[in-house]
Amino acid sequence: MALIQISEPGQSSKPHERKLAVGIDLGTTNSLVASVRSGQAAILPDINGKELLSSVVYYAKDKQIIVGDEAVPHKISDPLSTLSSVKRYMGRSLDDIKSKESPLHYEFVETDSSVPRIHTQAGDVSAIEVSAEILSVLKERAEQTLGDELTGAVITVPAYFDDAQRQATKDAAKLAGLNVLRLLNEPTAAAVAYGLDKGSDGVIAVYDLGGGTFDISILRLNKGVFEVLATAGDTALGGDDFDHVISEWIKAELKLNKSLEKSFQNQIVKTACQAKQDLTTELSTTVTLDNDGQTLTLELTRDQLNSLLDPLIKKTLMPCRRALRDAQVELDEVTAVVMVGGSTRVLRVRDKVGEYFKQNPMVDINPDTVVAIGAAIQADVLVGNKADDELLLLDVVPLSLGLETMGELVEKIIPRNTTIPVARAQEFTTYKDGQTAMSIHVVQGERELVSDCRSLGRFSLKGIPPLVAGSARIRVTFQVDADGLLHVSAREETTGVESGIEVKPSYGLTDNEIEKMLIDSMEHAEEDVAARMLHEQQVEANRVLEALAAALEDDGDMLSAEERAAIDTAAENLIKVNLKGNDREIKNAMEELDKVAEVFVSRRMDSNIKKAMAGHNVDEFDG
Amino acid sequence: MTSSESIGLTQNYFELFSLDVTFDIDSKNLSDNFRSLQQTVHPDRFANASDQEKRISVQRAAQINEAYQVLKSPQRRARYIIELQGIVFDDQANPVMDPMFLMQQMELREGLSEVKSNPDPEAALDKILAELKTSKKAILTKLAEQLNTPDNADLDKASQLMHELQFLDKLQHESEIIEEELMDSL
Repeated sequence: MALIQISEPGQSSKPHERKLAVGIDLGTTNSLVASVRSGQAAILPDINGKELLSSVVYYAKDKQIIVGDEAVPHKISDPLSTLSSVKRYMGRSLDDIKSKESPLHYEFVETDSSVPRIHTQAGDVSAIEVSAEILSVLKERAEQTLGDELTGAVITVPAYFDDAQRQATKDAAKLAGLNVLRLLNEPTAAAVAYGLDKGSDGVIAVYDLGGGTFDISILRLNKGVFEVLATAGDTALGGDDFDHVISEWIKAELKLNKSLEKSFQNQIVKTACQAKQDLTTELSTTVTLDNDGQTLTLELTRDQLNSLLDPLIKKTLMPCRRALRDAQVELDEVTAVVMVGGSTRVLRVRDKVGEYFKQNPMVDINPDTVVAIGAAIQADVLVGNKADDELLLLDVVPLSLGLETMGELVEKIIPRNTTIPVARAQEFTTYKDGQTAMSIHVVQGERELVSDCRSLGRFSLKGIPPLVAGSARIRVTFQVDADGLLHVSAREETTGVESGIEVKPSYGLTDNEIEKMLIDSMEHAEEDVAARMLHEQQVEANRVLEALAAALEDDGDMLSAEERAAIDTAAENLIKVNLKGNDREIKNAMEELDKVAEVFVSRRMDSNIKKAMAGHNVDEFDG
Repeated sequence: MTSSESIGLTQNYFELFSLDVTFDIDSKNLSDNFRSLQQTVHPDRFANASDQEKRISVQRAAQINEAYQVLKSPQRRARYIIELQGIVFDDQANPVMDPMFLMQQMELREGLSEVKSNPDPEAALDKILAELKTSKKAILTKLAEQLNTPDNADLDKASQLMHELQFLDKLQHESEIIEEELMDSL
């Protein structure tokens, strides 16, 4: 990929070579992979023609790992080693999980790091590793179907996913050997899938009601740019709650005892879910239960169902109101409403949402696949396959990021719904003479008390130059990148010490942990991992060199003779090392080149900013 | 610890967007220019580039987002213009307020405290939010008179208006807390 891309968007250095990229919807219940082929985005099915992959992984005694539908039956025979819905555990500490799930579905094991592991008969695994197994299957499916190695993937995450959950998703992809082009919010992906088909500008509301969660996003589409204005939602509301109220109604009608056998209880929930689905086409359905040989029947009409569901549906409309308010958009400005998630198949949901937004919601694309389709379209754009495409997604931070201050209060640094990427700086000082370290507690959430927000972790700053108390000025920058991931960097302003200050989060996996997991997951362990690391570094080095060559050809005149000579020397060194060095040596040579090329890259970027604005000057001063 | 501040740019935000420094701006022009700038620097344009380019692109895109948010919001834009004139705006200051303005504030606050006991709390809250909006608009119109020609602006007057806006913001914030409580109580 050429550096020149910024002035001629999307042009690949080898124009005839189409890069393979996929969109992956890593779902709680099902996962999908999609790709754009001959201009059309489509789901890639498995060899049996099945599109959905059950997000279930079975760890057998003989260490065999089975992913997908074949793993599902083991839920009965080997419930503790058959892991499903692990998306709920992504980025969560054991305490978080315990507070949400009671009793626990699996045997959790505490670890030294903040990432808990689940005990199975084949060993202990983290939710990240389980997700990586699912991603690996999808990656393999895509490579077999498309016939070559993938350049990269866009992976979708719920809009409300916090930093730790996003980081965990990215770690899982890394573990599966995927190059993550972007983490994309699910509702944004859905809007892309619809928006491009319709090609119309306006304000879009994406209403996403899944099995266990609800979220609403308000986006503005203008000449190919999707700007997310606001998102809101409820992480504990979904189709499962629908089934629950129907089950409770069945129990009340049949005057069933509160304390039922687990299997009978499961049967009721399953029947309730079936009745809900039947009533999307029928006006009335018969509920039939088998209680120890005794057959119980009950009539449920669509009207009765509607009155049961209305309070729950109303609960989803409040976040809609909040999102519109945050977006500063009036109801009548909304030009389209997109429905995502299996629960939007319920007719009453469509009716009520239509009533609220005063228009018929769009339901043309299968709500189960729409997210993966949108992700595939975005992936295709990101790898540069569409030379003149204008699609650009501007997403937001879903939850405010803040710091703990005196009295356990939260000071917001980046408010929710701020467009990403975003960077904010804050100054701190030392309170003791000679203090060389300090810790910053970062939280995510809207509440004022630290204990009511989600603790992302403590970032420790070390290597602060020893000064008199209160005289050090440590400028800490909080940056959220386009994936919604937080990066913290620090700099002592009076002495200018930057590199010396080490910032380390207390959550997520370290590179060493990922490396160790990779080793654990491979048979020929260390050689394999070393080979993979070397290969990755070589690919990156080639990418850097290719980009540099193109950039020098176009803008070499931006450099003085000395600057040019320094870059050439470092580049020649990298070429040499890349042929015979190990991964560390290549990495070092790349870092050297980065250092001398920094000024060049910045200068080009700024020159392009000026160029982008050049055409606009004229109009303005005339008008 | 000082208050959070944005990452600095060498140009001021108006220059970055090729706009004159005035309060009234052509919002279409602003958003068109924002789009062109992001099309140039956004990390999505560098998904396949080197890590170094990615890093610099994230920095620039963040700066452009920040500038856009400031210019897009009339209130933040007003404050930014005042600050460009070399005035350090003090959030903590306790200026003398116009008695009429204070009266209106008290009435609104009273109304807000009675929202929850109203039979239709949502409608009652909507009414207050609408009133806040109208008041804000009126103040912004007065700010525009001052800040459309920043060189000749009465900056004391403008700062006073900014403080009035902050009062309204506080009320708005409290209304939103009540709104959240109404949502939670459903």
